[in-house]
Parts: sequence; C-alpha cells; structure tokens
Amino acid sequence: MDFLNAIILLLNYLFVPALAYGSQLALGAIFVSLIYGILRFAYFTAGDLMSFGTMFTILFTWYFQSLGISLGFLPTALIAIPFGILITIFYVLLKDKLVFSYYRIKKSPPVMLAMVSIGTMFVTQAIVRIIIGPFDRRFFDGEKFIIKANEFKEMTGLNEGLAIKSTQVITLFVTVIVVSILFWFLNKTKTGKSMRAYSDNEDLALLSGIDPKKVVMITWVIAAILATVGGALYGLDKSFKPFTYFNNMLPIFAAAIVGGIGNPFGAFLGGYVIAFSEILLTYAYKKFFVYLLPESLEPDSLLQLLSTDYKFAVSFSILVIVLLFRPSGIFKGKVL
Amino acid sequence: MRKNLDIIAAYSIMLGLIILVGFLQSWSMALSILCLCLISAVMTIGANIQWGYAGLINFGIMGYTALGGLAAVLVSAPPVEEAWMAGGFNMLLCAFIIFSMIFIIRIITKKFSKSKNRTYIIAGIIIAGLILLRLISAPAIESIEAVNPATTGFLGGMGLPILFSWIVGAFFAGGLAYVIGKIALGLRADYLAIATLLISEIVIAVIKHEDWLSRGVKNVIGLKRPVPYEIDLQGKEWFINLVQKLNQGSLNLITNSLEKQQALKQLVIESSTVFVKLCFAGLFTAVVIILLIITQKALYSPWGRMMRAIRDNDEAANAMGKNVVKQHLLIFVLGSAIVGIAGAMLVTYDGLFTPGSYRPMRYTFLIWVMVIVGGSGNNFGAILGGFAVWFLWIEAAPIALFLINFFTIGLEETNALKVHLIDSIPYFRFLMMGIGLLLIMRYRPKGILPEKIKRV
Repeated sequence: MDFLNAIILLLNYLFVPALAYGSQLALGAIFVSLIYGILRFAYFTAGDLMSFGTMFTILFTWYFQSLGISLGFLPTALIAIPFGILITIFYVLLKDKLVFSYYRIKKSPPVMLAMVSIGTMFVTQAIVRIIIGPFDRRFFDGEKFIIKANEFKEMTGLNEGLAIKSTQVITLFVTVIVVSILFWFLNKTKTGKSMRAYSDNEDLALLSGIDPKKVVMITWVIAAILATVGGALYGLDKSFKPFTYFNNMLPIFAAAIVGGIGNPFGAFLGGYVIAFSEILLTYAYKKFFVYLLPESLEPDSLLQLLSTDYKFAVSFSILVIVLLFRPSGIFKGKVL
Repeated sequence: MRKNLDIIAAYSIMLGLIILVGFLQSWSMALSILCLCLISAVMTIGANIQWGYAGLINFGIMGYTALGGLAAVLVSAPPVEEAWMAGGFNMLLCAFIIFSMIFIIRIITKKFSKSKNRTYIIAGIIIAGLILLRLISAPAIESIEAVNPATTGFLGGMGLPILFSWIVGAFFAGGLAYVIGKIALGLRADYLAIATLLISEIVIAVIKHEDWLSRGVKNVIGLKRPVPYEIDLQGKEWFINLVQKLNQGSLNLITNSLEKQQALKQLVIESSTVFVKLCFAGLFTAVVIILLIITQKALYSPWGRMMRAIRDNDEAANAMGKNVVKQHLLIFVLGSAIVGIAGAMLVTYDGLFTPGSYRPMRYTFLIWVMVIVGGSGNNFGAILGGFAVWFLWIEAAPIALFLINFFTIGLEETNALKVHLIDSIPYFRFLMMGIGLLLIMRYRPKGILPEKIKRV
C-alpha cells in the first residue's frame, strides 16, 4: 500500500505536470529547431511569437464567449486556436516578406539574421503589449479537473490523491496529434521530404529543382502553427503573461540544443528532457521516502536537491553540460 | 579634421538634444539622462570590444552588469558583524572547500591521462564536495539570514568607499568571463549567443536567491555615494552663496526680502539635485574618456590589427601563428570587465542594488541595439549608439504621446481606442527600438558611424 502511495505521489507532483510542461516546451523547441535547420539562424522571436499567437487566441476566445459559443466541458479556446493560427501565419509571412527575405537573398551570415530576429522580437513584444497589455490573463473555461484528488482517494482508498487537470490531458492529446501529423508530413509527403533535403544540403536541393520559396514559406507556416498551439496550451495550463512567454524562450532554446538543433525529433524529446530534469531536481522527496522507508530510517530534511528558485538554472546547466560534451546535442543535430 | 566631421556632427546633435531636454523639461532630467547615457556608453564600449574587434557575440551582458552591481554592494555596504559571527566561519570554510576541489581536480587532470577511471574519480570528488558544502553551508545560511532579517540578514560588505567597487566589479566580471570563455568560446557564433544568454540567467538566479550574499530580492538600499548628498549641500554656506551668485539677476528682481528668501531656498533645493548629478556626470565622463583613450590606442596598435585579422579570417590568422583561442579568451575577459565597471557605476548612481530589476531586455538586448545602431567596430560609434538609444528609450513616451495625439486628433478624448493607446504608451519604446534596429540593419548595416580602417 505504501509503495502504491509513493508511486501516486510521484505521478501527481512529478510525472503529470512534467509531461504537460514538457509537451508545451517541445512544441516550441520543434519550430525553433526547424527554423534553425531550414532558415539557418537562431530565432530569438520564438517566445514572443508564441505570445502573439496566444494573444489572438485569447481575443477570439473572448469574442466567442461574448457570442455565447462554448464547447461545454472543453475550453472555448480550442475553437479559437485555428483563428489565432491564421493571424499568426499572416504575421510571420508578412514579417518574412518585409524583413527576413532581404537578408536571405543577400546570403547574410546567420549572426546577422539572429540580430534581425532580435529586432522583430522587440516589435512583436511591443505589439502584444500594446494590444493586450502586460498583465496576467486567464482564459480557461469549462471543466477544470478530470479526476479530482478527493475523488481519487475515495475511489482507490489510498492516502495520496491523483489530480489530473483537463488542460494537462488536452495538452498531451493535442501535442500527440500535432507532432504525429508533423512527422508524417516531414517523412512521408513530397513537400516534407524536399524540406529535409533543403535542410541537409541547400545546393544539392536547389540543383534537384526544389523551390526554395515554397520550402521557406512552409517552414514559417509550420512555425506559426506550432507557436500558436504551444503558446495557447501553455496559457490554458498556467496563465498568459507576455513576460513569462519571453522568458520561456530560454528553456525552449535549451530543449532545442539539447535535442540537437536542426533536428525536430531531437527537439521534441529535448523538451521532455528539460521539463523532467527541472522538476526532478527541484522536487522535495521527503514524503516519497517517508512512504518507502521504515520509520527508523525516515529522513529529517526535505531531501530537495536544489531549491525551486533554481528551476531555470537547472535546464541551463544541462544545456551547458551538453554543449561541453556533445555540442551537436544528445540526438545528433542538423540532419532533420 | 575633415575626416572626423561626421563624428563631431553626430555628437553635437546628441548634446544639443540633451540640452534641449534641459530647456523643455528640466535640467535634473537632462542630467540623469546624461548620466545613464554615459553608463550605457561604458557598456557599449565593452560589448563593442567583443563584437566589433573580435566578432564574438556575448549575450551575457546582463550577468556581468549584475556582478558589477554585486561588487558595489560587497565593497561598500557596512559589514554585519553579527552575521559574520553566526555563520562567517562556515562560509569561509565553504570557499576553502570549493578552491581545494578545483585544485585537486586540476592536479588529477594534469597528472593522469584521460580514462574512464579518471572521469569517475572526478565525478566522485564533485559529488562528495557538493554534499559536504551543503552540510556545512545550510545551517550557516540559515543563521546568517536570521540575523535581523528586516534590515540586514546578509554578510554585508567591507565598508570601503564605493569607488573601489568599480575596479572590483571589473575583476568579478572578468573572472566570470574567464570561466564562461573557457567553457563556451569554442562554440559557433549563434550557439555562443544562446549559451551566454542562458549563463547570465543562471548568474541572476544565484544573485536573486542567495540571500546571505546579496539579500536577494529584498534589495540592498542606502549605499554610500562618492558625491555629496543633496540634504548636506542645502545646509552648506558656500553652496548657498554660489546659487545666489549664479541667480543674481533673477533674485534682484524680487523686492520683498521674505519672498527673496523663499525664492532662494527653492533655488537651492533645485540646484542641489542638479549639482549632485553634475558630480556624477563628471565622474562618469572621466571613466568614459579614459576607456575611450585606452580602447582607441588598442584598436590602432598591432594588437588591434591582429584582432581584426582574427575577426575577418580566423583561419588565416591562425596560419600566421596567432593563437586565436587565447586572443578570443583575452578579449572576452576584457570586454566583460568593462561591462562589470558599468554595472558597479550603475549601482553607485542609484545607491541601491535590486537583483529583481536585471532583465535581459533592458541589460542585454538594449545594449546590443546600441552597439549595432551606433556602429560596431568604431568606439565613437558605439558610444554614440549608447547615447542615442538611451535617449530614445527615455524620451519614447513623450514622443509616442505626441504622435498618438497627432494621429487621433479627430477622435474624442473618451474614445476607447485613444484611451487604450494612451494607456499603453510605455510599450511604444519597444516598438521604436525594434523598428529602429530593423531600419538601421537594412539601410545602414554598419551603424551610424561605421568602422574606419586606417591603411598604413
């Protein structure tokens, strides 16, 4: 019985939250990785693009709510996401046309493009803050929990409850769908294959008649979709605040590099590596060992490896270690 | 003379703008803009050394600034003896353990060749050391933070004049840069950018949460200034006389002696803030000029030529027998040390240390905008960028207000759109910075004052 309790405890506080957070990071990391692989620069607007997409999702959610449209027990935001995606696609394509295409045609060094993306980061951040303001917004509606801690306790008769938020399940569900469509697209369709070829060797790809404009456009479209979906899921699960989204850029980059930048599948796994290590290293294991060990061996301290203040620092340290020993990432980068 | 015309013109315009603020808004405001412009200029000199001379991207400027600020606290805050009694010994012991750990690991890596066993031994030493550190430091930290937590709760500093911290800050930042450089300088340009950005976040996390060292988010206030305080000045005879002399004309117009006294008092209060800021501006200008002379000399020395050669083609420079790795590390340390000076200057000027205020937007990306807008590789350009961008950053709100009022002139005061826009004025500065950066990168990619290379 104690063993079961200990397992449920870990599931409740470690596994489920880390899985949801990891999926949100993974969505971001995949598009950063894709942009790095195909457009060949570090896209510093990543966090703010996510907040841009989320902002429009929120605006549409409010609009639908004012019309009285809802999905019952599911959050209204799920219908709003496609509209948010459309506007974000329009925005990134406009940005590419006005800003990035010039440097791509001139074949500027990647550093230059990264700097330019800092310019667009400032602009995007300003747009988001001017339209919706810098404050914390919650836009979740519908049923909050799928299983409540109390209900679970009654059902199983255990001491520990397992609470599963509906946003966590939605996050996982949506991530699995989006990511499987994406990998099917990259691996099976002709366009996807041409994108991989372009990423692998640009000159050879051009030689074999791949249209670079199309490849670039599709990359941006995928980036917009993933950014909006990832951002909206994060906002549903926690809350929307432009500054948090900007900060999320950092673990997203960490995930992309840990997974091997330019390699979307690596980035996908990298997201979970970062999320799990953040939570595993900052969790206080006292209660867990209280269940497992006999009373005489019970620990006095919290058994916390690092205080939760260092959550971000954990993921960055992992990144530094990976950069030191395997600069191409855990799952060899730059192959797509 | 002719060839420097653009520099003179650009600086005159900049100075004119600041003087204009003095006339239109207030002299106190103009001088505080000037002071922060000067501090930004020091930061841009540091960033420019790395990016302009050597082509290294350092997105960790925020971390070095914060370390400089920490140096200001550790040098000038009065020591908290109680806290030292409570846990000082344990903390010193921890420092000793860390140093001996590094020492032992160095010996092992030097003496033994690379093998699996060596890796395991090193890992074992690190893990054992960390556990030992944790056991020793945890009770000490608790007791230090328990000492009078409302006002101190940290070890305090050394109680020295704060000006020393400018040098100490440089050493702190340089030391950190040495460690980071050893780890990360081998990386490709954009990897280096990301790695330094993340490492600077770690530095901020440590400063924010190690309360025993820096009081963390509880902030350190009331650091001693190197210049007089307004309140002291207002009581000084010579200062009142000076103010009286300077304002003779306007004071003589007032006939009533009581009113005259009142007016003089008001003038003394106003001029005391201006005087203090003038003192700061003088100090900062001295630093900027010294750094400028040194960096200009370095740029046109054989060493500067070698750096440019490495930047433009490191393989060729390597083939000529130049040690690229060593030079990169050197310049990384030097540039970061200068940023550390700026961090200490900033805390000196504010008189307080607020770890919560260090954000990458303000302390990393804005500085980069300054360097790129001003002209990378050209010190005069970088300094001008610091001035121009900081000026715009502060004056963006009035400009945005003017523009909004101008474009919404047909709308009523209560119009929802107009009210919303006016409410979000503070965020227009991001828009201006972004658009400014994009325009400069597109149409003048070398900055306002581009790099000039003298041919011998």
